Amino acid sequence: MEFQHSQASHCESGVMSAMLRHQGLPISEPMAFGLSSALSFAYLPIVKINGLPLVAYRMPPKFIIKGLQKPLGLKMRFETFGKPEEGTRRLDELLAAGHIVGMQTSVFWLPYMPEDLRFHFNAHNVLAYGRDAASGDYLLSDPVFDTPMTCAPEALQKARFAKGALAPKGLLYYATGKPQTPDWSVVIPKALKKTVRIMETPLPIIGVRGIRSLAKAIERLDASAPAASKMFIGQVVRMQEEIGTGGGGFRFIYASFLQEAAELLARPRLNELSEALIEIGDEWREFALFAARMIRDREPLAPGKLADQLRRIAEHEQAFFRDLKRAA
Amino acid sequence: MLDNEVPQEGNATLGGHSKAVYARGADGKLHMVKSAGWEVEEIVTRQAVDDLNRLAADARQRVLAGQTSALEYHMHKARMDVPMLAQTTGLFQWRIRRHFRPDIFAGLSDALLARYAGVMGVSVEQLKKVD
Repeated sequence: MEFQHSQASHCESGVMSAMLRHQGLPISEPMAFGLSSALSFAYLPIVKINGLPLVAYRMPPKFIIKGLQKPLGLKMRFETFGKPEEGTRRLDELLAAGHIVGMQTSVFWLPYMPEDLRFHFNAHNVLAYGRDAASGDYLLSDPVFDTPMTCAPEALQKARFAKGALAPKGLLYYATGKPQTPDWSVVIPKALKKTVRIMETPLPIIGVRGIRSLAKAIERLDASAPAASKMFIGQVVRMQEEIGTGGGGFRFIYASFLQEAAELLARPRLNELSEALIEIGDEWREFALFAARMIRDREPLAPGKLADQLRRIAEHEQAFFRDLKRAA
Repeated sequence: MLDNEVPQEGNATLGGHSKAVYARGADGKLHMVKSAGWEVEEIVTRQAVDDLNRLAADARQRVLAGQTSALEYHMHKARMDVPMLAQTTGLFQWRIRRHFRPDIFAGLSDALLARYAGVMGVSVEQLKKVD
């Protein structure tokens, strides 16, 4: 079967949706995201990226790939390599055998990435589905782009063996068995409950508590040191709105999953919850807009106002997940 | 967000590509919509890139003034910082900082220079000078 590229809003859910479709099980990207319980919020002041704390709106890398195995009866094989040459040889072997191969790569080393988006993020997922006979370049399906891409062998090897935080070590993964259409009435409620459990983790950095901790951190920003404060705020918005989030920090993609779930289970209550989450996604976008205006001095820098906005979002998310818990 | 509200502001940092977002159609259902980019995303991406460029330009001035080594310039140019360079090369941070001293950098072995050059994606020759 010929591989079909399609654009997605997030790399990992996009890769898995494309891989499953290729295996004969058409699963939408939001379904891949929701079924693996990938929605989250985490504010990690200890983990620094260029000196700024990590803010994540989803679960850590590989969570979606691994999380889909059980509900779909999917068997995935994961391989990492000590030597780059071995990793490249194995990729060629799998492609020659007709596999569609998922890979973890560093955004910085992928030559087709726009210059401004080339940061050292080591957990970007792409699929390889063949090689160009003439040039030897790999044919890649990078879900965040609207068309398929190609990549020279040396560049791909470099991207797969980048070092540092979340180093991919050449990780590749592929399906070894056919996935099956699950019993939706079992797997969806399970996935919903898991997301509620994650968001209600009793840690001050996860879920609603995490949003409140972030609000506190923003409130403490020094308005008399605008450059540093703006970098902090910009980082929060970047993690929320940059390519691969579907906008609104993954809230819209999860709302789409809820709509699909409502239909599959004939439970209109999930549609109402989807509505509530769309509103929350819009609130995240308003926060981003407000923050960007402050960064560009179109609005006076007022960390306290941003913090208040975050607290309102936290309140709405708290109510949302309480309702989701009842509905699941 | 309604699908006719999806920003199409031609975000320059996307390099002419489009991105996919989920928005609500007239039927109330969310579906995927191509976006040419949102100014907000452009502002925060540019902010990050500009800051990295500023660090590189600042280091370049100090290299020319003999206050730091070309290593610091290339580190910023490769969008890295000292902790990241330490992680990728396997060297201690204090050792890297020591290599920011021009006199010490001048005496580094080719093997060590190659280690730096490799993780930054430049040649050893390039690493020794600023452009």
